[in-house]
Amino acid sequence: MNQRSRLSLLVVQILIVSLLAALFGRLFYLQIAAGPKYRDAALSIQSRDVVAPATRGLIVDSSGVPLALNKVGLAITIDRITLDKQPDKGVEVLKRLAKLLKLRYKDVFTNTRLCGELPKGQRAGCWTGSRYQPIPITKEADPDVALQIVERSDQYPGVDAQPISIRNYPGIVGVNGAHVLGYVGPLTESDLAKGNGKQYFRSESIGKAGLEIQYDSFLRGTPGIRTVIVDRKEAITRESQNTKPIAGDHLVTSLDVRLQAATEKALADAVQRGRTNGYTSDSGAAVVMDIKTGRILALASYPTYDPNAFEKGLTVQEAADLFSEKKAVPALNRALQGLFAPASTFKSVSVVAAAAAGYDLNAAYNCPAQVQVGNRAFQNFDSKDQGRMSLKKAIAVSCDTLWYQIAFDEWLRDGGLRPKSNPNDYFFKAAQAFHIQQKVGIDLPSESTSRLADRAYKKSWFEQNKDFYCNYKTRATKAQQTPFLVQLAAENCVDGDKVRAGDAVNFAIGQGDTVLTPLKLTQMYAAIGNGGTIWQATVGKAIVKTDGTVVKTIEPKKLATLNVAPSTIKFLQGALREVVVSGTGAGVFAGFPIEVSGKTGTGQVFGRNPNGTLKDDTSWFASFAPSKNPRFAVVMMVGQGGFGASTSGVGVRKIYESIFGVVGNKVVPGAAIYPSGKPPTTLPKISPATKPKGTP
Amino acid sequence: MSQIAARQRLYRRSRTSIFDGFDPILTAAVALLLLMGTLLVYAATRDWYARNGLDPQYYLKRHVINITIGAFLAYGTTVIDYRLLRAYTPIVWGLGVIGLIVVLIPGLGSEVNGAKAWIALPGGFQIQPAELAKISIIIGMSMILSERSHDSNEPGSRDVLQALVIAAVPVLFILLQPDMGTVFIISASVVTIIAVSGSSTKWVIGLLLIAVLGAVVATKSGVISEYQVKRLQTFVDPTADSQGAGYQLRQARITVGSGGLIGTGLFNGPQTNGRFVPEQQTDFIFTVAGEELGFLGSGLIVLLYLIILMRAFSIARRTSDPFGRLVTTGVIAWYAFQIFENIGMTLGLMPMTGVPLPFISYGGSSMFATLIGFGLLQNVHARSRG
Repeated sequence: MNQRSRLSLLVVQILIVSLLAALFGRLFYLQIAAGPKYRDAALSIQSRDVVAPATRGLIVDSSGVPLALNKVGLAITIDRITLDKQPDKGVEVLKRLAKLLKLRYKDVFTNTRLCGELPKGQRAGCWTGSRYQPIPITKEADPDVALQIVERSDQYPGVDAQPISIRNYPGIVGVNGAHVLGYVGPLTESDLAKGNGKQYFRSESIGKAGLEIQYDSFLRGTPGIRTVIVDRKEAITRESQNTKPIAGDHLVTSLDVRLQAATEKALADAVQRGRTNGYTSDSGAAVVMDIKTGRILALASYPTYDPNAFEKGLTVQEAADLFSEKKAVPALNRALQGLFAPASTFKSVSVVAAAAAGYDLNAAYNCPAQVQVGNRAFQNFDSKDQGRMSLKKAIAVSCDTLWYQIAFDEWLRDGGLRPKSNPNDYFFKAAQAFHIQQKVGIDLPSESTSRLADRAYKKSWFEQNKDFYCNYKTRATKAQQTPFLVQLAAENCVDGDKVRAGDAVNFAIGQGDTVLTPLKLTQMYAAIGNGGTIWQATVGKAIVKTDGTVVKTIEPKKLATLNVAPSTIKFLQGALREVVVSGTGAGVFAGFPIEVSGKTGTGQVFGRNPNGTLKDDTSWFASFAPSKNPRFAVVMMVGQGGFGASTSGVGVRKIYESIFGVVGNKVVPGAAIYPSGKPPTTLPKISPATKPKGTP
Repeated sequence: MSQIAARQRLYRRSRTSIFDGFDPILTAAVALLLLMGTLLVYAATRDWYARNGLDPQYYLKRHVINITIGAFLAYGTTVIDYRLLRAYTPIVWGLGVIGLIVVLIPGLGSEVNGAKAWIALPGGFQIQPAELAKISIIIGMSMILSERSHDSNEPGSRDVLQALVIAAVPVLFILLQPDMGTVFIISASVVTIIAVSGSSTKWVIGLLLIAVLGAVVATKSGVISEYQVKRLQTFVDPTADSQGAGYQLRQARITVGSGGLIGTGLFNGPQTNGRFVPEQQTDFIFTVAGEELGFLGSGLIVLLYLIILMRAFSIARRTSDPFGRLVTTGVIAWYAFQIFENIGMTLGLMPMTGVPLPFISYGGSSMFATLIGFGLLQNVHARSRG
């Protein structure tokens, strides 16, 4: 062999060894370094998960009557993947389907679009899930219609009909409960992304609002998963796991279905009454609380919606209406999300302030027609001079000028516009004693925080708005350029960060920038009624397994104690009783056989309605009963409802009639919702067939 | 004297054995690969065939028959007289070229995966003339380049040109099938044989340049069919053809990668049993090894190839016969580039072509040719001892 051959052979050998080494290296990378990644990829190629949704747990009232249960529905679903492969993207199929289901094509089209596929502003009713899950058009199809679809699959490619379990709110004794119960809906991409420790599957429905979302992790259970290994033709070669679904746990609430229904009716009637009396009366809320525990016995918001509509399939119009300003935003739960000036119901706070400031609660005070506050005269309600009277009486008749005087005097004592470094701030401190800025802590989503317009609030408000007021001429719209508003802006620019005399006196009668949720006011009146305990509000009482074992009990929780002298609370209780005996609430409760204590409120609202009319007053009635040994706090608010007594007061009376079983002016034996006078403490047996007491 | 007598005794005794001249390490490595290949062919086909109501051992049986026939051919090649081998080579070469022409005639050749590479025979058998052409090219070139027409120690330009003609004729017909994988392997072998023959370095460099130029021209001018271009594009950008070649290559990579260190166990690969990789008993058989035997098993296969090739290199070095050395070199280049092309394709290092994996893939022609190559190595080995 010559030298060149020898060398060539060596070069070839080196080359070939390198090639095999490259194979080794690549093999190591694929199988060892990137092995886990490829194992996952292989798994997604080979395995298919078939998810069997778990039966959702029931939501029942305190006697076990179902508020939310499940029933079998017939779903008509659309497979977008198949539909999009049609030459016309499935337009013909959807038109045919809409006709068959007697729906509007536009609704069916929108219902089957992913939200991202539609232009902003036209997304109401869009599909919040993904393209890869069957999209339901309706879940309560007529069996005959479903049969037609299944039999003529050539006419309806990508359309399927199958029985499914659907959430149902049976509405026993006419109850609606939408704002408390919430509703369920398809899983969204963001739900999937969030994960929150639980594994979600695309085909699942999960809680979307109210108790359904709050207690979703208990209610939804664990879906059964059958994982099958498939081959290239999607034929199943074997089963790799098969877990049975585990039914969700039941939620026992402190609500009572009869009381809830009565509360909803009383509220709707109150709103109607407001309208009859000539007010806009567009919204309202009512809350019934057990003042010894903070448990919610009924909670209603007006206007409401049909919680079953989501499973039936919302039309575009229905979906848009839920958040429509014109329809007064039915989706909003005003009991805990609406913020309103508390008006005269806030005078209970002012009593606490006056007592702390050293005013004699048993002395007599003047209630003139008006009080001069700086260079402005503040009028009494209806500018009426009511003469000299005891403080108790002044609460009963809801005198305003008395409070203007005290609040103005205290404001001056604290330094007026140049406040002392350590002002007494009796009024702000009294309000803080009620923990107004702390949430009620109810187990429902998205509670709003009430706002206390104290010195700190004024400062932060001014920081956010001084640019606007100090450049009012350029920043404000033309309609806002009235001489009054221009003057107001100029004043705000100068001392907008200060508590002015007007702010101080308005604060004392619950006007101005202090706004509360109806639920917060309920909690405050419950604390007055129970002698000073501020309870966390709760709706859920317990989580119970399907076999009856208790998973978790939700115990009442004391949030704080009202830091007010017992003698002041006692005075306040007496004064609130006087309101109903001889004051603004007397007419409404005339002849009522159970002693009730309460306070009316008629709150001024600034601004205009969408139709241009000025906004009407907020009607309030906050109360507790029986006066001797209070157990229940009932608060009603009607937005733009007019007077406190005539609109909300009557509504509250109706609710008490239901609680105590009163017909006319008599207690009907056995008609009371709580025969023992207090809500049940034991947990009920749970069955979807449980009927409320007193019904056949 | 006694030493010479002892060697003569040894010589005679070894002559009496039918395994005379067999390199034990080389033989053991090949036997192990054949055994693994048999199991892998069975693993690649049994589940799918059983589930589709067919004989699960269909491929297993035929593979064993192929190996048996191949073993006889290998033995024949080992013990055949050298002169006889030279005498038959023109006939084998001629038959190979005729076969390559026949496959191109419509109606006679059958097309699989876009290449007309097979002649269908009665009884469901097929032959692939390109496999036999490889052997005839290697022997033919070695003959010409090892015979000295004058006193020179190295082949002259005339010899090289003659040798190139011997290779060019079959390659031209294979190009027309088209089977780019085989063209690549033969070309690489041709260059290797010429390099090791001791020919002028100019030839080697020149041929390499022509190969590169040829590849560029072929891609640009459309000599390569559309499906070839697609495969090349897919190699550069695996997402270019997500359902075709790209799909296959991605599936192959996923299947190999999912095997991890020890694999899913023989017969237990879900990717293999689900037949997500096409052609997995032939061109993509390495995916079965990757998934079911893991890095340990598939690495062992590469290691066995390395052993075979290293043994072959040592045979090439030890022989004093230029013809034997060139034949050995040709077989080494053929095996090595075919192994690299096949496994490299499976692992995503090489573009997709349809070449089988030596000693392992299912397929008669390829198995016969590979084992004849093995016989050639043994033949050279046996002579170099004398």
